[in-house]
Amino acid sequence: MSGVFASGNALLAAAAEEPWHELSIFEPASPGGAAIVRLALLVLAVAALIFLVVEGILFYTIARFRHRGGSSDTPPPEPPQVYGSNPIEIAWTVAPALIVFFLVLVSARTLWEVNAAPATSRNVIEPLTVTVVGRQWWWEYRYQSYDGRKLAFITANELHIPASSPERSRPTRLLLESADVVHSFWIPRLEGKVDLIPGRTNQLWLKTDVTGLFLGQCAEFCGTQHAHMLLRVVVDSPEDFDKWLAGQALPAVDDPQQAAGREAFLSESCVNCHRIRGTTARGNYAPDLTHLMSRQTLASGIIPLDETNLRRWIHNPHDIKPGCLMPAFGLSAEKEELIVQYLLSLK
Amino acid sequence: MSLADHPSAHADAPTSPAGVDLASRLRVWTTTVDHKRVGIMYVLMAVVFLVIGGVEAVAMRIQLWSSDLEVISPDVFNQLFTMHGTTMVFFVGMPILIGIGNYVVPLMIGARDMAFPRLNALGFWVTLFGGLLTYFSLATGGAPAIGWFAYAPLTETTFARSAAVDFWALGLIVAGIGTVTAAMNFVATILAMRAPGMTLNKIPFFTWTMLWTSVQILIAVPPLTAALVMVLFDRELGAHFFDVQNGGSALLWQHLFWFFGHPEVYILILPVFGMVSEIIPVFSRKVLFGYEFMAAATMAIAFISLGVWAHHMFAVGLSRQVDLFFIVASLLVSIPTGIKFFNWLATMFGGRIWFASPMLFCFGFLSMFLIGGLTGIMLALAPFDFQLTDSYFVVGHFHWVLIGGTLFGTFAGIHYWYPKVTGRMLSERLAHWQFWLLYIGFFVTFAPMHVAGMLGMPRRIFSYEPDRAWEIWNQLATIGALIQAPSYLIFVYNLVSSYRHGKIAGDDPWDAWTLEWTTSSPPPTYNFGTIPTVHSRRPLWDTKHPDDPDWQYE
Repeated sequence: MSGVFASGNALLAAAAEEPWHELSIFEPASPGGAAIVRLALLVLAVAALIFLVVEGILFYTIARFRHRGGSSDTPPPEPPQVYGSNPIEIAWTVAPALIVFFLVLVSARTLWEVNAAPATSRNVIEPLTVTVVGRQWWWEYRYQSYDGRKLAFITANELHIPASSPERSRPTRLLLESADVVHSFWIPRLEGKVDLIPGRTNQLWLKTDVTGLFLGQCAEFCGTQHAHMLLRVVVDSPEDFDKWLAGQALPAVDDPQQAAGREAFLSESCVNCHRIRGTTARGNYAPDLTHLMSRQTLASGIIPLDETNLRRWIHNPHDIKPGCLMPAFGLSAEKEELIVQYLLSLK
Repeated sequence: MSLADHPSAHADAPTSPAGVDLASRLRVWTTTVDHKRVGIMYVLMAVVFLVIGGVEAVAMRIQLWSSDLEVISPDVFNQLFTMHGTTMVFFVGMPILIGIGNYVVPLMIGARDMAFPRLNALGFWVTLFGGLLTYFSLATGGAPAIGWFAYAPLTETTFARSAAVDFWALGLIVAGIGTVTAAMNFVATILAMRAPGMTLNKIPFFTWTMLWTSVQILIAVPPLTAALVMVLFDRELGAHFFDVQNGGSALLWQHLFWFFGHPEVYILILPVFGMVSEIIPVFSRKVLFGYEFMAAATMAIAFISLGVWAHHMFAVGLSRQVDLFFIVASLLVSIPTGIKFFNWLATMFGGRIWFASPMLFCFGFLSMFLIGGLTGIMLALAPFDFQLTDSYFVVGHFHWVLIGGTLFGTFAGIHYWYPKVTGRMLSERLAHWQFWLLYIGFFVTFAPMHVAGMLGMPRRIFSYEPDRAWEIWNQLATIGALIQAPSYLIFVYNLVSSYRHGKIAGDDPWDAWTLEWTTSSPPPTYNFGTIPTVHSRRPLWDTKHPDDPDWQYE
């Protein structure tokens, strides 16, 4: 089953000769995802069986008892009338009841396997804890702690988590909150979705042995740009992850060559919403830009982050993401260029 | 044959004689309290809204043809799916079923009208005005963009500044009043107005399902009305029911909405179960198999459906114990539904199946509704649902149930009763074209959506990334929508042209067994000259087979 969708997709993608990402729920990269696939395959098999039996009876009945001959406008004569049968009724009440009972048991077992907190043991390190704040229409990640160490930085739209290995489990615990409306966190290959609801804190445990990029997107309608609230989860090897953590913990690069750009940024209303640690920009309404250039994409994953796109974005974000909450400020070309160059220096 | 032969029968019937001017005909229709005229107006209203909702759907499918199209802007797309869902549920699904019930139920039970004829007319007009009020939101510069289930706090003024949401909420409140009056009327009519001899265990099956649908409406619609009033209080009077910043609860809306929303899907399917339970026996020439079990299963569905709402909310972070409760409750519904399915098959088994258009649509219903039921079982299993909910799989699933189930069944009912309503037969040739275009188009539209959902495509997105291999499935769905579209036009054309040119039907074209077929087609205003006395569930069988009447076996 898992192969069917994957290989079908691979073929299509190959035909289109485009880079292509796997998002199938049947290609799980985590224990929780795999547990769901086991349940899914089971219930698909049960459904297929019921389908074959019932449609089989339906088509057999039609083939066998279809009235042939006579005029098509006049009703056929009546066969013997059969009013019902208690034993038969009981039989086809009990049979589905047994199937239901079986499905309840298997889904209860799976229910306790998915999104499960790891058992505490010596090969399980203290989880990476990240508060995820859903915002119209991007993701804020507040790193809290990892391996018993406290973390205190905020980043946006690209979540980095460490890979586990058979010897050492490195779970991630996401605390899901919303700053505005209901959103939903869904990385199909890692876990089922969990909603981010204002006024609540939900929890989602992630764990995978597979490094690489996992994609998804917001799954609960959240307004104009719901379609462009993409999720990117980068699973790093433990070493890479430590390196990434160390980089993110630093304050922003202060390149003397970009002093003019920095000045331009800080003098504009950018600072009302954006934060750059180590400067006076302390907004907390828009993505943290401290290490902007450590990210690969812009506008919540919809375009690659490069100089051209950054310039387009600052010039008028609504050309790229109509309806987004960042306005076009109508800066002078000179100022725009200074700010772009400054932001490009925020490695 | 007719119990209602009376010279003035046709003059009073909905087909007004030629020569009467438009103004007086309009007056007759707008002031009528005749359940038949009211029923016809309900169905016509639903057909008009069906076309509007269909146009909205096709517009969305065109936008989703490929990943880089910008035919429709994000805001307009969001308005389209909001209005498409709202229209199809509130102004197509419920009115068409209530309309058919309005027309048929009094005739089936040997009554001269509904219990409260004026309340009945009020119900229709209020529902219609609710629909118009909802669409009046366009006058604010755009329809609401909140989705048909309008999750808080998207409906708060912070996120929806224009008055569109107010018109939407008011429209649904007003339409809800119409729905509740109709339900009260059905309960009163069915309990109090039955012909002599028709005890509760002898009422025609469609009437039985309308009774339980009405009970569900009475329980489920008031909470929605209350929740919509709360939305209006929040927006207009500074209340904070769903405003988290001020101590409200966004989650509360979801509970209130789905406490209405899940019984609602059974409100949309139970009457259809009733219709196919009338049609399958007539076109298999056999009595309905296991009436008592079918009746009990209907009650069971009506009750269980009140306790399954949170299966729409598995992803909101309920506890596992609560999830498990709703898994069990949701799966329990499949048992009575299974009973119904097997009884329909058993009714056909050993019969002489006559594939006139009503039966053809019943075949569509049986073969497709089953699949919708099976994907429903998948969605009921919370862990699987964590992946599937809010994905295109769900969109595929509920369209499969609502088109494969409700719509095919409703078309069966309309093809079955049209001769009674107009006195003329629908064209069988056009009905076959309609059926096959719909059957194939429906499959091609909604089957690929299941696949897209399992490949990670969430619902309600106006565009998607080119690198995700969803395009092919979306293109298939769009092609399917374009195959389906003409079938609805053929249906409307058939309704109109057969009204003038259809073959004369006579009182009882299908050689059926319930009381509506004893009176003329169309029936006189007062339905029956003499109120019939019944002795069994199939009064006309008894008349046609005096040697072997049904009451011997019931």
